[in-house]
Amino acid sequence: MSEDKRDWRRVFFKIINGSWLTSLLAVVIALLLGAILIAAAKPEVQTAATYLFARPSDFFVAVWNAVSSAYSALFQGAVFNFQTSKTTGEIFAPLLTSIKMSTPLIFAGLGLSIGFRAGLFNIGAQGQIMLGGMVCAYLGFTFQMPYVIHLAVCLLGAFIGGAAWGFIPGVLKAKTGANEVIVTIMLNSVAIYFLGWLLTLDAFQKPGQNNPISPAVAATARFPHFFDTAVDLGFVLALLAAFGVWWLMERSTLGFRIRTVGQNPTAARTAGMNVETSYIWVLVIAGGLAGLAATSQLLSTPDQQLTASVAGTFGFDAITVALLGRSKPLGTVLAGLLFGGLQAGGYLMQARTSTPIDVILVLQSVIVLMIAAPPLIRAIFRLPDPDRRRKKQAKAKLKVSLQEVSA
Amino acid sequence: MSATTLKPVIGEPAVFAPISWKTPIVLGVLGLVSLLGFSLFAAPGAISQVAIATGNDWLGTIRVGFDSRSSIIVLTAAQLLLAGWAWRQTAARRPIRIWLPISFGVCFVGAFLLWSVAGSQQALQFTGLLSGALFLSVPLVFGSLAGCVCEHVGVINVAIEGQLLAGAFLAAVVGAASGNSWLGLLAAPVAGALVGALLALFAVRYWVDHIIVGVVLNVFVTGVTSYLFSTVLSHNRAVFGVVEALPAIPIPLLSQIPVLGPVLFAQNVLVYIMYAAVVVLQIMLYRSKWGLRMRACGEHPKAADTVGIKVNRTRILNTILGGAIAGLGGAYFTVAAGLAFGKEMSAGRGFIALAAMILGGWRPAGAIAAALLFGFADNLQNALGVIGVSIPSQFMLMAPYLVTIFAVAGLVGKVRPPAAEGTAYKG
Repeated sequence: MSEDKRDWRRVFFKIINGSWLTSLLAVVIALLLGAILIAAAKPEVQTAATYLFARPSDFFVAVWNAVSSAYSALFQGAVFNFQTSKTTGEIFAPLLTSIKMSTPLIFAGLGLSIGFRAGLFNIGAQGQIMLGGMVCAYLGFTFQMPYVIHLAVCLLGAFIGGAAWGFIPGVLKAKTGANEVIVTIMLNSVAIYFLGWLLTLDAFQKPGQNNPISPAVAATARFPHFFDTAVDLGFVLALLAAFGVWWLMERSTLGFRIRTVGQNPTAARTAGMNVETSYIWVLVIAGGLAGLAATSQLLSTPDQQLTASVAGTFGFDAITVALLGRSKPLGTVLAGLLFGGLQAGGYLMQARTSTPIDVILVLQSVIVLMIAAPPLIRAIFRLPDPDRRRKKQAKAKLKVSLQEVSA
Repeated sequence: MSATTLKPVIGEPAVFAPISWKTPIVLGVLGLVSLLGFSLFAAPGAISQVAIATGNDWLGTIRVGFDSRSSIIVLTAAQLLLAGWAWRQTAARRPIRIWLPISFGVCFVGAFLLWSVAGSQQALQFTGLLSGALFLSVPLVFGSLAGCVCEHVGVINVAIEGQLLAGAFLAAVVGAASGNSWLGLLAAPVAGALVGALLALFAVRYWVDHIIVGVVLNVFVTGVTSYLFSTVLSHNRAVFGVVEALPAIPIPLLSQIPVLGPVLFAQNVLVYIMYAAVVVLQIMLYRSKWGLRMRACGEHPKAADTVGIKVNRTRILNTILGGAIAGLGGAYFTVAAGLAFGKEMSAGRGFIALAAMILGGWRPAGAIAAALLFGFADNLQNALGVIGVSIPSQFMLMAPYLVTIFAVAGLVGKVRPPAAEGTAYKG
């Protein structure tokens, strides 16, 4: 093999080994699977399929129409609208909506990622968001305060509310060894009913309302928006939080402790670290960050109120976000943006092509699954295994040494 | 900690492990709740009525009235005695047997029930309460059994929720399309097994973190079933909107047993399959070659491999089996109840089943006890909602979850999962 040919091989392996290619192919597979679902559910495709062998072209045209219209709507709803928009602001409005929708996912995802790195499987973001929302909304609509201070108080309240809900599994794990998976699942349900009960109280219910809805927060507590777009201060705070989490995990003593505990609690204990206190800290910080996710549901626009669905499904979506982001802050931000975009695009897709938004869940889950299993992607696309040469060499070496032993 | 120096005495250890006071403290607190909450607030002279169906047609139901206050006080006194006994046992470093928290729980729930119906014209439908609880716990039992099977072989199954949902979906679709609920019941485990196969593919074959796969599979199944529900099922509502319920089959003689008969033996076939599954699994898991092999794969895969067990094959097959069990439980939501499929109709039961399995200490028998507890609590608020109790309904609904947290923190403590669960075997 000549020298430059080997060089070319190395470049080729670098490309197929790169995680960006894996991610790209994962998205491709997800879109293909989604396309099958979209096409299969279209009545036009189903009719064309009945005479598939008589006129196959009809079938493929119907499939192409169904899939291309759905995906172009998805793209236009998520990134930019090249068909109907006139001004620059209109063209990029979808992108800004995606960014806004990603904000709670980033907050909650960051919290969960800390838990994952400490080896804790915290499913409690849903409840933590609710608690954060309760405290935040109460402070927002009950008290009168000057502009900046009111917002700061509400943010702090959201953090403390979520942190308190995270403290419970933390302290139970530390003091009694209670499994955090069970406790957080249970606390999610407790939070749902607690919120439902609060919304029947006079202190929380909007005056003159029978529905479980709170008043909107005061204007003084609302996020400022950038240039009248959908994007508000919350997103900037989410980015700051991501930086904060990066600093915490990579640069602080506490973060080192958390990572060590996650890798090997026994070793951490032997090294003199307090494993139990680390668990409490992790869940408190995670809860606080999840609590902040509620702020973009309450402090962004004047029509937002505290309702039973304040947490939406952010708490569960955020698990996928944190997993896709490989529990790293930057990854979580990017994954949050992707999911926010899919969500925003999904609404337009549903409105325009009557493709149910549930297909987005399929896309999201397939992307995460595929990214987690690079060998599967390689097998699907018949890409060579980057470790193959090394494995071959190791095998040959083993054979030689075995022969030596027997000789 | 302290600088006490004990002279070593022959026959006794020089250093004692610290005593764990968790159990007596939890029992004491609950006893006080019963004392202060139920005993003192029961109106004097009020009567608590309890109705018991005997299962005999000619006897019908018996209504019994208790004097609320005195009966609650008796039950509370029993609780306090039990708590005191637990205290003594702990102080003397003697183990607390399982009957103690169980009988404590029975007394506590009894006091609570008598208090909640005190002075009400309505009687507490005792038999209905139990049979409803059993029915509600069916998906939880199947789910937690699935969890037991998968975890014993070393695969963490967080996808129980997805398996239940897939089972419910396929059962409803097949049952409605064929017009035969029995075919639907047969289809349910197939769907669950498919989800289990995906779990096995990614977790065992491709070494992806088991929890990641499980969580993502839940999202995947939710997405696919909701999508198909909103499109195919909604467009053909005439076909898929009607699902026939499996008939209840009272077992002759057994269903005539007073109280227990109608509760246990007048259910549909899914419940009977559940009994069989529980017994078979509890025996097979700990008393058979199959169980020994799978537990070896879950505890120490390398050792299992050394004696010639194919670890990854065992893991894959049993994960699929676990998925099938959970899928069968999914049939509960649709064909067993006679309901058409609805979006996300498993409503988090899979996670509760997971909690039940952990609460039961990874053993089928324990998991079933925990699942029945959840089912009972779930049904309790239905039953009490009919009677009309003064506490806000949200707190009633919250109660089972709070009880679980108490139980996990106080009574069970550290339960041990299989040693090698969640790890990939790269042999």
